Amino acid sequence: MDLVNSILEQLINGLRTGSIYALIALGYTMVYGIAKMINFAHGDIIMVGAYALYVFVGLLGLHPVIAVLLTIVVCSVLGITIEKVAYKPLRNATPLAVLITAIGVSYLLQNLSLLIFKATPIPFGSIIRVPSVKVGSLNISGITIVTLVVTTVSMIALTLFINKSKAGRAMRAVSEDKGAAELMGVNVNQTISLTFAIGSALAAVAGILFISQYETLLPTMGALPGIKAFVAAVLGGIGSIPGAMLGGIILGIIESLSKAYISTQLADAIVFGILVIVLLVKPSGLLGKLKIEKV
Amino acid sequence: MAMLKVTDLIVNYGVIQAIKGVSFEVNEGEIIALIGANGAGKTTILQTVTGLISPKSGKIEFEGKEITKTPAHKIVTLGMAHVPEGRRVFADLTVYENLIMGAYTRKDKNEINESIREVYQRFPRLEERKNQLAGTLSGGEQQMLAMGRALMSHPKIILMDEPSMGLSPIFVNEIFKIIQDVSAGGTTVLLVEQNAKKALSIADRAYVLETGSIVLDDEASVLMEDDSIKKAYLGE
Repeated sequence: MDLVNSILEQLINGLRTGSIYALIALGYTMVYGIAKMINFAHGDIIMVGAYALYVFVGLLGLHPVIAVLLTIVVCSVLGITIEKVAYKPLRNATPLAVLITAIGVSYLLQNLSLLIFKATPIPFGSIIRVPSVKVGSLNISGITIVTLVVTTVSMIALTLFINKSKAGRAMRAVSEDKGAAELMGVNVNQTISLTFAIGSALAAVAGILFISQYETLLPTMGALPGIKAFVAAVLGGIGSIPGAMLGGIILGIIESLSKAYISTQLADAIVFGILVIVLLVKPSGLLGKLKIEKV
Repeated sequence: MAMLKVTDLIVNYGVIQAIKGVSFEVNEGEIIALIGANGAGKTTILQTVTGLISPKSGKIEFEGKEITKTPAHKIVTLGMAHVPEGRRVFADLTVYENLIMGAYTRKDKNEINESIREVYQRFPRLEERKNQLAGTLSGGEQQMLAMGRALMSHPKIILMDEPSMGLSPIFVNEIFKIIQDVSAGGTTVLLVEQNAKKALSIADRAYVLETGSIVLDDEASVLMEDDSIKKAYLGE
């Protein structure tokens, strides 16, 4: 009974972490789908989101709801700005140039935050005040409940938006064929901006949930969840939206089970080992499609 | 006044001059064919007219207004639709979604639904397959979808790039019949084709393109009887 309980507990932990990875992975996969690039600065948007929340709540004393909305706006605007300033001029450049630029933007954001907030970790208590719930002998924390609800709602909303709305349809069209979409009257630049805005907004939400769980701010705090979410996106199939959700959740559960039953130190190694295995066995990922280039 | 007027168009690909000062006109109601061998620059001309490629110099006017620098996504709102080479339907969208994409710049839902009905009437096959992903259609069906999608913008002029490419003879005849129908419905047609015989058989006038320049232009019926055309393009 104890073992069953402990496994259930680890599964719920994994689901919580995994759903945060999934939110971040969605940003990677959407941007990849539309701009055919890996935005390695995406993880640092999480960090900016966490610091922004700290500034709005901790320093300015705003109401948490307003602070959360402002945080999402800050990250969306940042995402659009990064695309316009750093990536748009390179749209016809080699993929390597874009990749290096993305890494450069990532360092820029980390170092700006280091400059402003210094290297000392800043403690910042969770803004989530929800009591924990007891289910049988399981104790599910308030943060876990909020995380699961928020991520589920975000993912359903995103799926509906992509599949049912006019703008979502335009995004799918642009990700398939920019030229043909333009001929339909779609403004490709606007669509790319919208994609970065949505991806960054999801990263902001992930950042808020992440900081509520870990309660410590660091300029480099976005790097590890960012890179793990990237692994999740590749695992699910980069470019696939359901793939990113699935990949994130699988990764979170594997990480949580590894930490509990194999080794805390090895958990990250196992997660990245998965990336290696996926790339070897099924490079297109679980739900990804292998694109056959037609000549 | 010509509906579409292209004057001294020059287009470069890097250092290579692909289009070397091309001028032509399309009048309202006409079917104009642009014929020539592979690599003559036919596709480049269409892509430049609809703004996908910027010319080095020259002037493109549509209904008296200069559109040389108008971005591609604004061209369709002026009443010009482009059926691109290779069809380029959105393979991961359903047939219905592809058609709706064609009406992207239109607002009135009732009018859009009316256009969908018209397209389904013209292409009953598309209605049968409306919930299927476009990538699962045959080449001929994809060509119909690409044409239907272009018609969804309710264009005054439709630019068609190699609509018969890669299709079986039965489909080729069907596609050309549809082009005539579209024209009879009041839409002006600018047709780019390698299948010169077919193109000349339905066109009013035609321009013959060779390595980036227009070498001949006349009534289609006159060109059909031209000895050099017969030899070079009609295989007689």
